[in-house]
Amino acid sequence: MTDGTEQGSAQSGWDSRPVKLACRNVWKLFGANAASFIRERDGKASMADVTAAGLVGAVRAVDLEIRQGEIFIIMGLSGSGKSTLVRCMSRLVEPSHGKVEFEGKDLLKISDAALIELRRHRMGMVFQNFALLPHLNVLDNIAFPLSIQGQDRSTREARAREVIELVGLSGREHFYPRELSGGQQQRVGIARSLATKPEIWFLDEPFSALDPLIRREMQDELMRLQTMLHKTIVFITHDFDEAIRLADRIAIMKDGEVIQIGTPEQLVVNPATDYVAEFTRDVDRAKVISARSLMRACNGAEHGGTVAPDAKIASFSASIVSAGKPFAVVNGTGKPIGEVSPQAVIDLLAGIEHTGAGA
Amino acid sequence: MTVTASASEARPPLQRWLVVWAVALAAVLALFLLQESLPWAVNYPASAVVPVADWVSALMSWIKSNLSWLTRSITAVLGVPLDFALDLLAKNFKVGHGADAYVLPRLSWVGVCAVAFLAGHAVGGRKLSLLVGGCFLYIALFGQWTSAMLTMALISIAVPFCIVTGLFAGIWAWRKPWAERLIVSPALDLMQTIPTFAYLIPMLLLFGNSPVSAMIATAIFATPPMVRATMLGLTRVPLEIGEFSDMAGCTARQKLWRVLLPSARPTLMVGVNQVIMLALNMVIIASMISAGGLGYDVLLALRALKVGEAMEAGLAIVALAIALDRLSQAIAHKQAKGHVLQAASPSIWQRYPNLTLAIAILAVTTLLGLFVPAFAAVPKAITFTTAPLWKAAVNWVTINFFDAIEAFRVALILNVLNPVRAFCEGFPWLGAVFLLGLAGYQLSGLRLAALVAALTTFCAMTGLWEKTMATVYLCGISAFIACLIGIPIGLMAARSDRFEKIVTPVIDTLQVLPSFCFIIPVVMLFRVGDVTAMIATIAFAVVPAIRYTNHGIRQVPPALIEAAKVSGCTPRQTFVRVQLPLALPEIMLGVNQTILMALAMIIICAMVGTRDLGQEVFIALSKADSGRGIVAGLAIAFIGIVADRLFGAWTAKARARLG
Repeated sequence: MTDGTEQGSAQSGWDSRPVKLACRNVWKLFGANAASFIRERDGKASMADVTAAGLVGAVRAVDLEIRQGEIFIIMGLSGSGKSTLVRCMSRLVEPSHGKVEFEGKDLLKISDAALIELRRHRMGMVFQNFALLPHLNVLDNIAFPLSIQGQDRSTREARAREVIELVGLSGREHFYPRELSGGQQQRVGIARSLATKPEIWFLDEPFSALDPLIRREMQDELMRLQTMLHKTIVFITHDFDEAIRLADRIAIMKDGEVIQIGTPEQLVVNPATDYVAEFTRDVDRAKVISARSLMRACNGAEHGGTVAPDAKIASFSASIVSAGKPFAVVNGTGKPIGEVSPQAVIDLLAGIEHTGAGA
Repeated sequence: MTVTASASEARPPLQRWLVVWAVALAAVLALFLLQESLPWAVNYPASAVVPVADWVSALMSWIKSNLSWLTRSITAVLGVPLDFALDLLAKNFKVGHGADAYVLPRLSWVGVCAVAFLAGHAVGGRKLSLLVGGCFLYIALFGQWTSAMLTMALISIAVPFCIVTGLFAGIWAWRKPWAERLIVSPALDLMQTIPTFAYLIPMLLLFGNSPVSAMIATAIFATPPMVRATMLGLTRVPLEIGEFSDMAGCTARQKLWRVLLPSARPTLMVGVNQVIMLALNMVIIASMISAGGLGYDVLLALRALKVGEAMEAGLAIVALAIALDRLSQAIAHKQAKGHVLQAASPSIWQRYPNLTLAIAILAVTTLLGLFVPAFAAVPKAITFTTAPLWKAAVNWVTINFFDAIEAFRVALILNVLNPVRAFCEGFPWLGAVFLLGLAGYQLSGLRLAALVAALTTFCAMTGLWEKTMATVYLCGISAFIACLIGIPIGLMAARSDRFEKIVTPVIDTLQVLPSFCFIIPVVMLFRVGDVTAMIATIAFAVVPAIRYTNHGIRQVPPALIEAAKVSGCTPRQTFVRVQLPLALPEIMLGVNQTILMALAMIIICAMVGTRDLGQEVFIALSKADSGRGIVAGLAIAFIGIVADRLFGAWTAKARARLG
């Protein structure tokens, strides 16, 4: 019923933030004469066209905008093109067609020197398999991006010690990567990418190589860092639970295309396709869906309490069920804008599809 | 078997190949029987020989007369560090001329031995320290010090040169795929298959009879592994590490030198180890063009049939080879250890304790040598010589077992060697070209067929057909026997961990020994001739057959073996029906290596009087006839390339079938 973007605008004002990075009809095709193929078609081609030309469409017609300070998650299964897309954004892979705009400026048109400058100071990246340099110890690994810029030893080591402190690796400065556990290695990778104080932070499946328990710990760590640092984060994952946990917004990719972009709640409530619905099916909906989505107009009944529109159902489900009365949904000024009934919450918890729950 | 057929869909299926081969063999047989009417098809006509050798000679003499300014300046420039190293390690520095010359001493042997102990300790702990130090002490005490240090000096100059050249060539080939495909790879193949002897001839011609030409020959021979290791190391660096360096904003140069090459260090160090061992091997052989050193001692002693002396010098080579190999391997495997606390502003002494200690020891002992002669040169009183012992041992064996050995030798010659030789030398050249081409076509296609046929034709066209076939016969028979011995040993090693523990150190040691060393003991028992060449070659070439077979069986995934066990295979069935077929490509690779090593060794065996291409090169070397030597060298290289490509194609096919 409701359009995704409208729903987004209703939420505490993501749109007011400036766009940090945008993809405009970005294509990456592999095969002979891929660039001319898509240029000749003016940036429009169907999957069938691409296949017929003997090309592989790793990224197709991707349009998205990432706003300052948000955690933007690109989620897809292996082979969906998510890694290629993030590499197009950082120009590790040259897109076949389209524009990648960094603060409104086309990244694909800047010179090599400008690109190096940009990467040295404004971009950071964390890799799935850590990509630590085996011949350097923790301190030197973290100080490496600074040393590349020509900073002197004392300056760069002082900064490296700061970020080591930040990620909780103090005391291990002189260990080598092979002497650390996987989780510790990725902490080094995170610290290294933060050493240059980047504005935009690419995380390419940073926790996929870790054990589930460690992964959870690292996710918490990431959230902790983000509350302190407020980076613009592009996070790649194949794990929908991880995406739900961390994301402000999620883009779901399949076969090189972005099939839906939205907040976790939007994806759960309004999946655009069966494919998206398949992912969201086993999600703990109470933790994703907020009071706003279950709200209905007040019908004059007595209220057992009040909740904010953004409050997740899980945060008040126990009290509303025990109270047995609807809760008023109030906005910032304390004015009720609707109510949530205990029955709606129970239906949600029990997984009963409710036609009226959508809006 | 039908699987094979479907894999090569474009070409005729297997049954048809059988017919094709039967027809081909019949045709060659007919050719052989009809040699009365078609003599040119059996023995290449002398009148049609292409005088490639003369052309090469002309080219070389043109280079010699027109580019002598270049070769002389190269000799002069390279001579400086080489002379320094020779003086430092072996010869003493002479300042001034004539009677009033002042002599600065070389490094004291006591100091060098102490440094060997220290180096072993620093990189590998006490065990390595004892091994490396012990080897050097052995060399000193057995009176081989000066010769060994001459050899060391040549190696110590050639090796850095090889490493730097190899690194840059490898980087270039890695950066430019066209350069790799068109220039570097073919050049490396040729450099590694041309026999070591053949290198010496043009060097002799261009740079004269001096240690410098020996060093250049060594450098050329020992560089290829470094090039390959660099290429391999750089391609093996994980993709993400390259991406990281881009994202950190590295320039292309920073990316290469600060990220990729250090990350490739383990592979590069394997290359360095191989460079050192090949350099040692070549320096020994280069003693023929006055490199001096241990190789020269062996050569002299062999020529004078002084068995004891040859054995002693040979054992010193073995000691040097083992010390250098284990030391460089330990350095390659050594990894820096992290530590929790950092010392505040460490001094040089604290940062490099071993290095400073080593320099101090060398300085002190060398200075002491000025006053105490025992430090300067190994005193005669404490050296041993085992030469008489070896001689006595050989005498005893010859006296007591002469009949048995002789009977064995004669039986081998009469019943095995001579018939095979006659068969090979009588084989029609046209038939060989045809059959090899056919094999190439079946295994890979038209391109391989053309290559194989062209290379074979070259051997015939230059008038070397008979010598080529003499080489093929001796090489083939040796490689065959080496496989016959090596593959079963490899199989046993794969099935028993205890046996593997015994075999591994033996083949490791066999592999590091310079090829020269294999000849010495065999000559003592069997004197000169084809039998000696064959036995030395088998001992040299058996290693890859054992190693690859063992590795091939052991690398079969455990899950497959478990699957076989679960489906009720007996151990025997598991072995024959699962492990062996899966290991076959690897075993074939081992056979391929065995053939190539046998070829390399057979050539060196020219010294013990074979009558093949090796002898041709050997004669050319003594006459400084560059054309003859180079053409014979190329013919040898082409035999190697033909064998390598055919086996390579076969292995690739077997691999493809296994998926």
